[in-house]
Amino acid sequence: MGFEKFLFYVFALILIFAAVRVITVRNSVHAALFLVLAFFTSAALWLLIEAEFLAITMVLVYVGAVMVLFLFVVMMLDLNTQPLREGFIKYLPVGATVAVIIVIEMVLALGSGYFSSESYSLVARSADYSNTKELGSVLYTFYVYPFEIASVILLVAIIAAISLTLRRREGTKSQNPSHQVLVSRDDRIRLVNVPAEKKH
Amino acid sequence: METLLTIIIILLKIVAILAPLLTAVAYLTFAERKIIGYMQIRLGPNRVGPKGWLQPIADAMKLMFKEIIIPTQADRFLFLLAPVVAFGPALAAWAVIPFGNEMMLSHLDAGILYLLALTSMGVYGVIIAGWASNSKYAFLGAMRSAAQIVSYEIAMGFALVGVLMAAGSLNLNQVVLAQQGSILHWFWLPLLPLFLVYFISGVAETNRAPFDVAEGESEIVAGFHVDYSGMAFAVFFLAEYANMILVSALASTMFLGGWLSPFEGIPVLGQLFSFVPGPIWLVMKISFLLLFFLWFRATFPRYRYDQIMRLGWKVFIPVTLVWLLVIGLGVLGHVGPWFD
Repeated sequence: MGFEKFLFYVFALILIFAAVRVITVRNSVHAALFLVLAFFTSAALWLLIEAEFLAITMVLVYVGAVMVLFLFVVMMLDLNTQPLREGFIKYLPVGATVAVIIVIEMVLALGSGYFSSESYSLVARSADYSNTKELGSVLYTFYVYPFEIASVILLVAIIAAISLTLRRREGTKSQNPSHQVLVSRDDRIRLVNVPAEKKH
Repeated sequence: METLLTIIIILLKIVAILAPLLTAVAYLTFAERKIIGYMQIRLGPNRVGPKGWLQPIADAMKLMFKEIIIPTQADRFLFLLAPVVAFGPALAAWAVIPFGNEMMLSHLDAGILYLLALTSMGVYGVIIAGWASNSKYAFLGAMRSAAQIVSYEIAMGFALVGVLMAAGSLNLNQVVLAQQGSILHWFWLPLLPLFLVYFISGVAETNRAPFDVAEGESEIVAGFHVDYSGMAFAVFFLAEYANMILVSALASTMFLGGWLSPFEGIPVLGQLFSFVPGPIWLVMKISFLLLFFLWFRATFPRYRYDQIMRLGWKVFIPVTLVWLLVIGLGVLGHVGPWFD
């Protein structure tokens, strides 16, 4: 067994462990942190197949930004897990049905031969091969329209999300920082010439 | 056998980077207290050793022998994990910084991306510490820090995109080589707004004054590390200073020519100083930028929280977006001497 294979199994075990803990652990903050671990290990797995751009972007986007915001929200929730577990038996049939359907779909899709390791065998590259550069040149030439359309859709989603949550409430008192930073010395300071008192 | 040799060489290289770095961190704390002392017309620490030069060692000894107190109801594992998570990325990032031509630990082609990814992970230390301490003040500090770091990371990322466009490569060694010529060829001149945005965002990302609302000793005692003591606190402290050195090193590499000599291209001085090795120039540039970190702390009052958010979102991000367009035009028009 080569060293790379050994690393693969180590990372794969950590990944599976972390993913299982995400859904079994009681504390929601611990669950989010296990999800961070899962993302990080999957990035390590990508590094093993020399997809360094994907691996680094995974860490940058999911670990560095998405999960930080996620934790931000989860930490402020005071979740009591007891009521959440109440309906376990009641919802079990529905949940089990959905799970079975997903498993069947995955088996059909992954077992169909499209994703077999024969049709996507790993191509050995020399050390100076730049995964990032290759990806960029394909993304901005061959796939430029899908890429641009996807980015515009994301932009629309951002603007929509902001406009949905943006509302002004009446009667709140807030400061206007951009107004405040424009204040100059003359607006705040008044020099008064006080004449000295006369001695009696 | 050969792999073993490679591993030993890599380990030696890591030691060669980390040993000076940790010494620099220790003496940066000393420099900070001295420099701010002089700025405030005080002497600063001057009792331990000649002129106080052994002060950092005395501090380290004191912190090492102090007890690490774990608060009741605290999440024990995460509480102790947090300082490590804060410190790790600050050290790992040094792997891709070139100290001289091709003098780097890892010749990573996606170096700038790697740095962005690692610096974005440092925030976890602060968040985990704030949550695991089970204290209101620590938690408030963690929340403030998380929001602030996420906001400034966007501006920082855009500034790095500008560097990438100007250099045409994500490899930091290539970035430095693209600045060759003279002091006017360095990227600080064509990318001046991005340089300022990057450096100020760097100050904000390291939670340093005037952006130190995460600590905010006058409002929330000491923020996220209020419950830490002994070596656990010291590791947070080390992480903050290591991050300061890292931000300065990155700013010097990407905007101030890295290991290039500032006298390059000047007729007599250039030859006179050509014997000075690259790492010396890099260290001098890092020290120069570190002075600004200390200077800021002595000069500016702490920003109000909404002002921090306004600066990050409404000033820095538009500035970087506009300047990216300018760089794009410059690259298209081959505007010399930077983009030809």
